[in-house]
Amino acid sequence: MKFFRSSSNRTAAPAVPQKLTRRSSGMGEISRLLNSEEGLCVLDLGSTSASNIRFFTDKGHKNYSEDLLHSSLDAALRIQDVAGNWVVDSKTFMEENLVYENAQFDVVLCWNLPDYMEESLVKPTIDRLWSIMKPGGYLLTFFHTRDAGPDSICYRYHVTGTDVLEMQEVKFAPPGRPASDKRSPRLQRVFNNRHIENLFRDFASIKFFLARDAIREVLVVR
Amino acid sequence: MDAPQTGEGAHIGKSVVIKGELSGSEDLYVDGNVEGKIELRNHSLTVGPNGNVKADVSAKSVVIQGKLDGSVNASDRVDLRKSAVVTGDVTTQRIAIEEGAFLRGKVDIQKEAGKAAGPAS
Repeated sequence: MKFFRSSSNRTAAPAVPQKLTRRSSGMGEISRLLNSEEGLCVLDLGSTSASNIRFFTDKGHKNYSEDLLHSSLDAALRIQDVAGNWVVDSKTFMEENLVYENAQFDVVLCWNLPDYMEESLVKPTIDRLWSIMKPGGYLLTFFHTRDAGPDSICYRYHVTGTDVLEMQEVKFAPPGRPASDKRSPRLQRVFNNRHIENLFRDFASIKFFLARDAIREVLVVR
Repeated sequence: MDAPQTGEGAHIGKSVVIKGELSGSEDLYVDGNVEGKIELRNHSLTVGPNGNVKADVSAKSVVIQGKLDGSVNASDRVDLRKSAVVTGDVTTQRIAIEEGAFLRGKVDIQKEAGKAAGPAS
């Protein structure tokens, strides 16, 4: 696993947010499930997206939105450990987020959350997702490959077609900074395949889809 | 323009704080603080940009520009404007969400018999 800790100089972002698209094999598989069954519960862990809500509710499914990356950057979660280091209070985070009944969701869209989330939150989050997903449920997540650098742009994903995602840069105010000081979250690390398999070892199966844009799509079945 | 014109509905200004149950048979614009429950049945609720509502809401249509913490049940439609921050479940026939709106909760589109649900936009 490759970690990115130090900061680096960034080039100025374009004034107008760019929206790119990508084909998603993982989303294509999930779409097949969404088209074949009714009344599924879908949990979208990205930023609130009208496109996604429309895509799922138009098919008669229930859409749950919870912007977990945004929640993880809450300044109130920053605490000092016994050594005086600032750390994220993962216990409080898990008490306040992903609070659902067990086996509630048929589909979970994690997007690129594990790559940008604080290290200490990743495993507890995946464990919680295992609990709140139904057996046989699908989880889609994206991991950067080693070709990605620490300044890889953090995107939010809008589902615009069966296997088409529109990508839009995400910017948040870092903890302790004014709301107007929005920046793209930094890529925290790059997982290798073995780490990804370990992360999802409690799940029934895992499938990798390689893409040309330094992203591995991972479709996991609970 | 979402603020009601004079005589077109009730208006709760931004300095007003209400705790309790609000019900009525006219449109309501809330730009202040309301905590409890809001029930308007066949009328619309607008939460203005300064509005901070901690209540379960039931109305024909609901427009949110400010903050709402509670469930929303709208028999017709829900509009989340770009400044909206909503924590709670939304049940409605149609929903429109502007870029920048924040929603944490469930969206359940209840289709009326014989009609298709309108899209989120």
